[in-house]
Amino acid sequence: MDAINTRKRIEDDLSELKRMIFRMGRMAEESLEKAVWALKNRDTEIAQAVLDSDDLIDDLEDKIDGACMEFAARYQPLGEDLRVVTSLMHMAVDLERIGDYGGNIAKVAIKLASSEPIKPLIDIPHMVEKINAMLDISLTALDTRSPELAMTVFPMDDEVDDLEKQIMRELFLMVMEKPSRIEQSFLLINVARTLERAGDHVTNVAERIAYMYTGKTVRASQHRRKQEA
Amino acid sequence: MAENGFETQIRTIGLNLSYGTTHVLKDITFDIGRKTVTAFIGPSGCGKSSYLRCLNRMNDFIPSASVSGIIEIDGENILSPSTDVIALRRRVGMVFQKPNPFPMSIYENVAYGPRLNGVKSRSELDDIVESSLRGAALWDEVKSKLGRPGTGLSGGQQQRLCIARAIATQPDVLLMDEPTSALDPMSTARVEELIRDLKVDYTVVIVTHNMQQAARISDYTAFFLLGDLVEYDRTARMFTSPSDKRTEDYISGRFG
Amino acid sequence: MNRTLMRKSTNSFMTLIFWTCGLFLAAVLVFVIAYLFKQGWSVLSIEFLTEPPSEGMTAGGILTPLVGTVELVFVSMLIALPVGVATGLYFAEYSNDGILTRLLRVSIRLLAGVPSVIFGLFGLSLFVVFMNFGSCLLSAGLTLGCLSLPLIVTASEQAFLAVPQDYRDASFALGATKWQTIVRVVFPSAASTIITGAILSIGRVAGETAPIMFTGAAYFAPDLAKSVFSQVMALPYHIYVLATASTDIEAVRPIQYGAILVLIAIVLGTSAVGVVIRARLASKSGR
Repeated sequence: MDAINTRKRIEDDLSELKRMIFRMGRMAEESLEKAVWALKNRDTEIAQAVLDSDDLIDDLEDKIDGACMEFAARYQPLGEDLRVVTSLMHMAVDLERIGDYGGNIAKVAIKLASSEPIKPLIDIPHMVEKINAMLDISLTALDTRSPELAMTVFPMDDEVDDLEKQIMRELFLMVMEKPSRIEQSFLLINVARTLERAGDHVTNVAERIAYMYTGKTVRASQHRRKQEA
Repeated sequence: MAENGFETQIRTIGLNLSYGTTHVLKDITFDIGRKTVTAFIGPSGCGKSSYLRCLNRMNDFIPSASVSGIIEIDGENILSPSTDVIALRRRVGMVFQKPNPFPMSIYENVAYGPRLNGVKSRSELDDIVESSLRGAALWDEVKSKLGRPGTGLSGGQQQRLCIARAIATQPDVLLMDEPTSALDPMSTARVEELIRDLKVDYTVVIVTHNMQQAARISDYTAFFLLGDLVEYDRTARMFTSPSDKRTEDYISGRFG
Repeated sequence: MNRTLMRKSTNSFMTLIFWTCGLFLAAVLVFVIAYLFKQGWSVLSIEFLTEPPSEGMTAGGILTPLVGTVELVFVSMLIALPVGVATGLYFAEYSNDGILTRLLRVSIRLLAGVPSVIFGLFGLSLFVVFMNFGSCLLSAGLTLGCLSLPLIVTASEQAFLAVPQDYRDASFALGATKWQTIVRVVFPSAASTIITGAILSIGRVAGETAPIMFTGAAYFAPDLAKSVFSQVMALPYHIYVLATASTDIEAVRPIQYGAILVLIAIVLGTSAVGVVIRARLASKSGR
């Protein structure tokens, strides 16, 4: 049987699937980055662009879904191939979610465009930087087949959570000082929460990558700071 | 294999088999569970069919074959010189790759084994033939033509006839050497379904070239390579995350 | 276009040649039978078959030679079939491929080509003289038996070897011994081919003259054989006698041709029976 030729076709198809994930990852990162930039700089045009591009991300998720199903039907994969293809399907869902969050943040940016910022945004952009760094590392781990690299993402999520708590504290204080700030603060708190969830989704992606290449289920909770009660 | 509900029926310890100077099985040690379906996979010539033939001492017919080691079935070492080989073959049935019904009627085919065992009464034979054909999911198709020659059936039916013939002696273990490789996909599916039902009553050991088949029907899988038992595990585990790199390479088609 | 035409016409031409050959042979057969019929049909009747020759064999029937032929066939097959089939079985199932086996095989093949008169002389020296049976049915029957052994051994061996190994494997896997497998599977499977070989032997044996001439065939025997130690008349020898040593050529000729027709009928008849038996066995086993 042409085992070698089939093997080559399988490798090529898997590479193509991974390329689609990379593309989706970049689009998700862009979505978050642009949305927060729009929020910081009160730029409604950029925010609108983010909302428009969300459809593209959704389309890509459908495309990856279909391609993975086709791969499974064609090759009846086993072993690592099987783990990779099912994991890529899961990861596409997580990345699509992140794209949605970008859209949510863009909506907030449009809403606040006309109001005076209550404070300069520092920590929120910080969060996005961290999250995008996590996603970069994860996608690199996917490309270079390194589960250990993927696992370095887990403690980084702790930092994202820390930033979120910090933002919450700050905004609570600001509301207590001046209650009229409540509307904007409320929206900004939501943005922080949304980003924290985005961080969790990136952690999911990293977990899947670690599973894909080790064959063992990896839980991020076991590799990060212990939760306080 | 200390797992829940796994009861060892066939224990192999240090089995070595050579045909002349060719060392075909090297130090095989593992346990096969009662009433499970165990699949043997591996590339051609890796020893899996040879191992199967050790289980019913069919290798005895090959003059150049020499065996050492222990295979215990239900606690009794079947490789010892004092083993009653005839009785062993009645407890361990075999179905071959190419369907090979005798050139006799369907009835006679199934009755062959019980007749060897001394069953003479017609009514008793009738019962055995019917229950065996039912057990092989063939009864409804042939009950009105038991006198017709077995060789007149289609390929898939012939193979089920061979299965009926094998289970007519009420064996404990059923050995199947690539039973569907000569059949069309529809017949293959039917035989696979039959195998899933058979494991209720028999321990099934099946050699297969088709990994997807092993994944579909077996509980445990053993991967043989060049005479070594490389890996033996629950099928689900072996096919999603095998422990040995050679297993991974084989099941993803890097060689075959 | 030209090449296709050439191919087609070559094809038709060759077909024509082969048809012509076939028809030619058929025509020869028909001609011979017709000639024999013309010469001999006048004497064919029930009496012909049931009355012994009389008046110095210039009148009467062919009862004695007819019965004698049947007896000879019977005795020879009684010896040749069991021995021949058993030998064939030995070659096919029990022997290894050693020097001895190969020698034995070669000798059997050679034996098949030995002229029948040599068998007659062999039978004469062994059965008639050495074993002191004298010239009788037993000696002639045994000689004919030896004559047909090579054919039966070869046919049996081929028949057993033709049984697929698959059947034996299946039988062994069900817990049968070698002997049980032979009796229950191999033998029934080979039966039709063996029977064909036996039929062919019968046909040959019925028509042999030379082996029985020195060993048991009588020029004339007044009665049917009383025991195996009596001499017998036989159809082929009787025909020979009628054709060459008769006192009244004219009267004898129809009897002679009549006897020939009967002999041919016997041979063709047994062949036909064999074919029918073979066909029925084949359909029952589905092969």
